[in-house]
Amino acid sequence: MTPPLLSLSALTKAYPGVVANDSVSLEISAGQVHALLGENGAGKSTLVKMIYGLVKPDTGTMQMNGAPFTPSEPRAARAAGVGMVFQHFSLFDAMTVAENIALGMEHAPKLSALSAQITKVSEAYGLPLSPDRIVGDLSAGERQRVEIIRCLLQEPKLLIMDEPTSVLTPQEVGILFKTLRKLSAEGTAILYISHKLEEIRTLCDHATILRLGKVVGECTPRDTTAREMAEMMVGKLLQTPTRAGQTAGDTVLTLTNLTAPAPNAFGMALKDISLELRSGEILGIGGVAGNGQDELLAALSGERPVARGMISYKGTDIGPHGPTLRRKAGLLAAPEERMGHAAAPDMSLTENAMLTGAARMGLDKSGFLDWPAARTFAEAVIAKFDVRTPSAASAARSLSGGNLQKFVIGREVMQAPEVFVVNQPTWGVDASAAADIRQALLDLAKNGAALIVISQDLDELMEISDRFAALNEGRLTPPRPAQGITVEEIGLMMGGAHDMEVAHV
Amino acid sequence: MIALVKRPEASRAFSLAAPLLAVLATMVFGGLLFMALGKDPFEAITTIFWEPLFGEFAFFYRPQLLIKGAPLVLIAIGLSLGFKAGIWNIGAEGQYIMGALFGAGVGLAFYPIESAFIFPLMVIAGAFGGWIWAMIPAILRVKFGTNEILVSLMLVYVAEQFLASMSLGLLKNPEGFGFPGSRNLQQYASTHNADLIAGSGMHWGVVAAFIAVIFAYVLLARHRLGFAIRVTGDAPRAAAFSGVNPARLVLFCLGMSGLLAGLAGMFEVSGPAGQVTIDFNVGYGFTAIIVAFLGRLHPVGILFAGGLMALTYIGGDIAQSKMGLPAAAIQVFQGMLLFFLLAFDLFTNYRLKFGRTETA
Repeated sequence: MTPPLLSLSALTKAYPGVVANDSVSLEISAGQVHALLGENGAGKSTLVKMIYGLVKPDTGTMQMNGAPFTPSEPRAARAAGVGMVFQHFSLFDAMTVAENIALGMEHAPKLSALSAQITKVSEAYGLPLSPDRIVGDLSAGERQRVEIIRCLLQEPKLLIMDEPTSVLTPQEVGILFKTLRKLSAEGTAILYISHKLEEIRTLCDHATILRLGKVVGECTPRDTTAREMAEMMVGKLLQTPTRAGQTAGDTVLTLTNLTAPAPNAFGMALKDISLELRSGEILGIGGVAGNGQDELLAALSGERPVARGMISYKGTDIGPHGPTLRRKAGLLAAPEERMGHAAAPDMSLTENAMLTGAARMGLDKSGFLDWPAARTFAEAVIAKFDVRTPSAASAARSLSGGNLQKFVIGREVMQAPEVFVVNQPTWGVDASAAADIRQALLDLAKNGAALIVISQDLDELMEISDRFAALNEGRLTPPRPAQGITVEEIGLMMGGAHDMEVAHV
Repeated sequence: MIALVKRPEASRAFSLAAPLLAVLATMVFGGLLFMALGKDPFEAITTIFWEPLFGEFAFFYRPQLLIKGAPLVLIAIGLSLGFKAGIWNIGAEGQYIMGALFGAGVGLAFYPIESAFIFPLMVIAGAFGGWIWAMIPAILRVKFGTNEILVSLMLVYVAEQFLASMSLGLLKNPEGFGFPGSRNLQQYASTHNADLIAGSGMHWGVVAAFIAVIFAYVLLARHRLGFAIRVTGDAPRAAAFSGVNPARLVLFCLGMSGLLAGLAGMFEVSGPAGQVTIDFNVGYGFTAIIVAFLGRLHPVGILFAGGLMALTYIGGDIAQSKMGLPAAAIQVFQGMLLFFLLAFDLFTNYRLKFGRTETA
């Protein structure tokens, strides 16, 4: 038998106070699509970082095709045939696709030659992408293609993909899967990290499940239910969010022809958005990233106030009001980007609790800040939302993404909002935490709050929304009842011309 | 291979140790510099750091420490508020000059009436002079998005021209036998910012500096505005999301630093300097930038840093006259202090990783 493409044996990596990987072994054979599953903090990132040469294991060995494999840096890993597509793209908005790809290459060929190569690879793998387009104009799905093509140009033997579908439309996911299957048929192994269990079931041949740094199970996803996999991952029985069917109450928030210019060259203008939101209902807003989600949230949170008459909250015109006034009135929001937008990275959780809690939690006593009360509030959020952190004095940046997200959502939920607007509530959060967050959102609605949930995760929107609308090029489709809506209809609501082109390929 | 690795959280120990390490490194490398100039490094270092405090003439130098330290601290406190929020007022020197001109102008307008109201009026005028000068870059930034670094710096040179014009024209002493410069405020009781205890160096500017330290400390630790400043410096988008109005913050930070610099100028012209002259400003506004960073933008740190900087000024002067060290060498020495501070500061958030390079 030929040796597997990559075999890891007893890899251990410890950081001060935590063993990120504890004697992890796994094997990936050529052409295999191998899923890596686990909660946040289970050690998935550390493991792939070791394979990609970003982190050096303390003990244990790796073998590539039977020969020892010890990449000291990503360059060495790439030379050995490992490519990685990160969850966060590292692309320059102001440059073209070809220029961006050239920047990441060791010996970049002339741009014209490279463009030809890009076109060739993109056609071969069904990833339509013009090398001359400016990255700032691309959708998230197209940006991901840039990253994938950047990897494919190096003809990798192993492609690592970290949460690749979180920013894609269903149609784009379909295209991506086609590409991955084609790669796999050609013998490229794929290490696929995702929380979306259904996806793993459709795509992957084999799954390794990590919990607290250890391998806790392996399975063949096709023969395992999503629930079984999730429970292996979490180590306990999962609760599916429950919702009480209830009737919507009075209208609390009305948007009337909400229009706002794009905040910068790569932003999106909001165009004539109108909707009515009733207490007790959840309005799900879908759409491909970059179609006005951030801008809509900023307009609603008050970060970028809008003209008079466009936003009415319980009969008051709050268009020109800033965030503090809106919070006091009960309109709260949580933006998509946790680090640097929803939370200040170098500040403690107590200080971050003050950030949005000051107005509504009485932490601001005529200008003077009540730090002990802020600490109590932060600790309450940490306890209620199971935020894993040594203390409320820890810096926000020391928390993992999922934990910080729980804190950010919890901070707003615990202020008992009357209207809560949230963008990507469970982005990059593990299944168990995501279920908790969704349950918290449903509970808010049950208690009479009105919610707008903006998300690119359609399963999530379908799970919790009463009504569904989609953002496309800064316009909002008329909301329609979420019950009975099909994926194709959603695709059409989300679809601008650029999505349809993709769908034909 | 040596690599810099970001720490998950800022190291508190290093944040406290960095200034001390910087002073030590400055002593070592400064000593080497003095040695290269053919002077005894140990004598030079003791002259700079020991002589003013405990030497033979310490009774003369100690009050000088307060006199030199007070304006540095007063200005640096103001600057640190803006620096913390990423608002860069580089023109404190100009605001210092304008504060002095406004203060002296108001005082001299009353000459020769004696009244207890004149000095408080001068304080207000001095603060206003510095504030209004800082409002120029502030409003230009808020309205037109200009760069406050350039505008505030350029306004220093404008203020210097004003100073020259005033000392040769409007404020020139009519009884000064044609010499440039205003009447001596020290000789006009109502305007004299005298030592509160004779010979102690403790004038109203020193009191103001201490008040400013306490004010800034409370503002940053306890007040909404101080919190807004800190959040803006850490994450501007998070600040905007939390409800901070960036324009108002620019106006406040630049205004406050101008106001304090103006006060420093006013206390200087009515006290230690005594009169408006062409060469009234000696660079306090620029040195205060070093003081602000040396004090790690923390009010108490700035208090110590101001003292240390005053020490190197006075000690440097002594070393110049006693050992014949060139003035430029002293300036290099002071520059080293900031350089090493910034260098060691890096280790608050990063640590060195020593490791071998391996190839796969």
